[in-house]
Amino acid sequence: MLHIVTQYLRKSAELYPDHLAFVDNKVSLSYRATLGEAEIIASNLVARCLFKKPIAVMMDKSARAVTAFLGVAMSGNYYTVIDTKMPQSRVEKILETFDPSLILTDSKNSKMAQKYERKYVIYEELVEVTPKEEEMKAVKKAESRIIDTDILYVLFTSGSTGIPKGVIITHRSVIDYTEWLAETFNLNHNTVICSQAPFYFDNSVLDIYSTIRNGSTLHVIPQMLYSFPIRLLEYIRDNKINTIFWVPTVLCRIADLNLLDKCDIDCLTNVLFAGEVMPARQLNAWIKRLPKATFANLYGPTEITVDCTYYIVDRDIRDDEPVPIGYACMNSDVMVLNEKDELVRVNEKGELCVRGSSLSLGYYNNPEKTAAAFVQNPLNKIYHEIIYRTGDIVHYNERDEIIFDGRKDSQIKHTGHRIELGEIETAVFSNAAIQSACCLHEAGKDQLHLFFVGDIQDDDLRKFINTLVPEYMVPNIYHKMDMMPMNMNGKIDRVKLKGIILGGN
Amino acid sequence: MNEEIMAMLKELRPEFDYSDSEDFVMDGFLDSFDIISLVSLLEEKYNIKIDGLDIVPENFASVETILSLVLRSGGNK
Repeated sequence: MLHIVTQYLRKSAELYPDHLAFVDNKVSLSYRATLGEAEIIASNLVARCLFKKPIAVMMDKSARAVTAFLGVAMSGNYYTVIDTKMPQSRVEKILETFDPSLILTDSKNSKMAQKYERKYVIYEELVEVTPKEEEMKAVKKAESRIIDTDILYVLFTSGSTGIPKGVIITHRSVIDYTEWLAETFNLNHNTVICSQAPFYFDNSVLDIYSTIRNGSTLHVIPQMLYSFPIRLLEYIRDNKINTIFWVPTVLCRIADLNLLDKCDIDCLTNVLFAGEVMPARQLNAWIKRLPKATFANLYGPTEITVDCTYYIVDRDIRDDEPVPIGYACMNSDVMVLNEKDELVRVNEKGELCVRGSSLSLGYYNNPEKTAAAFVQNPLNKIYHEIIYRTGDIVHYNERDEIIFDGRKDSQIKHTGHRIELGEIETAVFSNAAIQSACCLHEAGKDQLHLFFVGDIQDDDLRKFINTLVPEYMVPNIYHKMDMMPMNMNGKIDRVKLKGIILGGN
Repeated sequence: MNEEIMAMLKELRPEFDYSDSEDFVMDGFLDSFDIISLVSLLEEKYNIKIDGLDIVPENFASVETILSLVLRSGGNK
């Protein structure tokens, strides 16, 4: 019975031992080599009598960071990812909550690991020693004790209070997600993925686990390439990448710079995206360039293991139309509940709630936050059934597709009207001069602020928006920006923008 | 113009000593958002449009290469 993710790795290593699994700019690891290194890491952890214990992996994004995760998983422990570029104060907060039994770092980052005054080991030193036969037996024994409801990883997302929340995800959840992906997008051992998401961002769970599930190859490319979009496209061409799962910002940048027809990227057959709203205009530019490829908008919070709904683009979408988030993924149940906790009708807005095997066990070491978001299904009065309330507002359109409207906290009241800020942004994005935009509401003065980057005058933009949305949704104050502030995940930094409003600049 | 470009770089990443570097990109001074920001700053300041094909590491290695990129993109000295 397949019930833990390391079985994926063992199976692929048996079927395709010499096939490349993980490639970065320093190493190319075959499935045999990946399994070998994961086993060595696991044997070290088993030898330390660690089982069901938290391990912090503090390594640069690389092929060997992946073998570190797999080694931790194989030993029956679970990992979190500490980004080596994260500010020290944030790392400290995470370590305080996660309280790792061990930090697994590499020689390059060992000095930094030392600063946190916790027990740490260095990857390169561990893999120098080949484990003895009895040590390998001990690994197999530990692995056989893992069950599918055991934790695989804890990923920290930013909490509104500034204290990061650690989302707990089990083996079962990742298997549930990975099986759905393989079936839906025909992923197999010919799949070649190019990774964009940092490993602390859960989009990378697709990259890593669907790779080992299908015997595919994952290219972990230097983050620097994302600064130079044409080089990214050349990388896709030169390495015959056929599948990408990137954030819309990166896809939009490529489209906005008119680079799509500057490079032969016909090898791309799966273009998946998630993490923020994908504007239809840039999506249409991609579809025009790759008419035969599958384009899919994936949606889901970290708490539901990457994605719980998806939309494979199967019709023309107008530039000023929102791209649907579509339908529930297999084995996930999506319920849209209104304020009375009743299921919504067509076009009625409500909070997206979800249940399924992919549901997180809650927030690590944080029972209060867990209890607030993971609640009894209000539609079920008969037995214990937990759902997760995403805080995202959505509605069903006439086609029965789910449309994302915005965050619950981005639903605002302005001049007495209930408004989704995302709806205004969708309108703004359909203007070809706009590169980036973010709409915020200043509750005190009841004013709508629009931050935008693009070669257009405030007045022209105001007139344009007014052709698409009602008068009461047209922003009052316009902030033309040279650049949009970004947070660590590459999303627009709304907190910083709110600061600008309050600071009066 | 050299000074203006240097001022922009300092604004983006004040913590680095640019005079010490032979290649800003290779030395990791500019991450992906910095490049995007720098391109918008240059376009705004010199009223130019930088071609996507010109956004490559070689053109962001030093103040000189950035300057020559601006001039090639239609900027006036």
